[in-house]
Amino acid sequence: MTALSFTLVVWAISTLAGFLGALTGLGGGVVVVPALTLALGVDMKYAIGASLVSVIATSSGAAAAYVKEGFSNIRIGMFLEIATTSGAILGAFLTGYIGTSALAVIFGLVLIQAAYETVFNAPHEGGPAIQSDTLGDRLRFAGTYPANGMEREYKVRNVRTGFGIMFGAGTLSGLLGIGSGAMKVIAMDRAMKVPFKVSTTTSNFMIGVTAAASAGVYLSRGYIDPRVAMPVMLGVLGGALLGSKVLVHAPVRTLRMVFATVIFALAIEMIVNGLRGKV
Amino acid sequence: MKAMDDRRLETMVGNLLRTGVLLAAALVSIGGVFYLLQHHADPVSYRTFVPGADGVRTFSGVVHSALRFESVGWIQLGLLLLIATPVARVVLAVVGFALERDRLYVVVSLIVLVILVASLLRAV
Repeated sequence: MTALSFTLVVWAISTLAGFLGALTGLGGGVVVVPALTLALGVDMKYAIGASLVSVIATSSGAAAAYVKEGFSNIRIGMFLEIATTSGAILGAFLTGYIGTSALAVIFGLVLIQAAYETVFNAPHEGGPAIQSDTLGDRLRFAGTYPANGMEREYKVRNVRTGFGIMFGAGTLSGLLGIGSGAMKVIAMDRAMKVPFKVSTTTSNFMIGVTAAASAGVYLSRGYIDPRVAMPVMLGVLGGALLGSKVLVHAPVRTLRMVFATVIFALAIEMIVNGLRGKV
Repeated sequence: MKAMDDRRLETMVGNLLRTGVLLAAALVSIGGVFYLLQHHADPVSYRTFVPGADGVRTFSGVVHSALRFESVGWIQLGLLLLIATPVARVVLAVVGFALERDRLYVVVSLIVLVILVASLLRAV
């Protein structure tokens, strides 16, 4: 393959991944890594390095839009980032000691979980918590969010559980070069009873900071190769911008199902190739 | 009156991040165009991982490579700027919480900042 055709193919795949990632809220990384490794035979280390960079691009690029909506809770985000960034550093270190085949299998399992969440995704029932617990109170996590044209209050519970899940989300992010936004949402929405909208926007804010914590390790180890990362970053970013523009008119439910099917197929392929030592 | 509230702080940070990303994308694009003009016909394979030279792995190496007008140096410089955007976000959060006189969250943000810097120092 020549440099030109490699760049163009990777750019096209990444644009599609960024577009679908924005529409479904799963992010581009979950498609880019398997596409590069399975379709183009790119070593996983280059793939996760390029993916990590694109994760930062979409997170930082979308931040302004999310702030305008007035949902994200910067205190919850910042506090939980202590967990995600330390987890990310641990994960980034582990990539050096875990073989590529094992990485592929882990990646496949995470993909299956993501596909499952995409189909059966249900925000917690029963609305926001009425009372914060001691820790949620002491950390002043309570906030308001706009609902039906009114400011609605919410309280926050189970901070320790959320913190623990966030450490896991950070570790996976550092290990696989993905944003692990889905797991961050689970930690806030289901464990800590933070309203779904607040969880997703705060999660987007956190993804970039989490990824930046692995970036230093990735960079010094040479995982971030400019020739691979260039088309991935530009593609995912462009695709995500496009996706957020058409989001209002898109048949999101159908798209989620299609995307989940694609992710599930990629997951099986990753696991099979990983077990056969072919990745 | 509060000199600074969460909302104004976040808007400021959001705009800063977007500017950083666009600037980074511009640098990466410029580097990418020059890379393709020079190397479009080169055969490439990324099947086996080989850690690259210092020029793509360390901050000083990247800056030197960019100053020598190497296309990959420009791409990598753009990517470094991109990696810096979330770090800038945390720095601004420290400043913002300090202006709000919110001591607890100044400390929380500083912890996150220390973790980030500790990771990035590996690539100096």
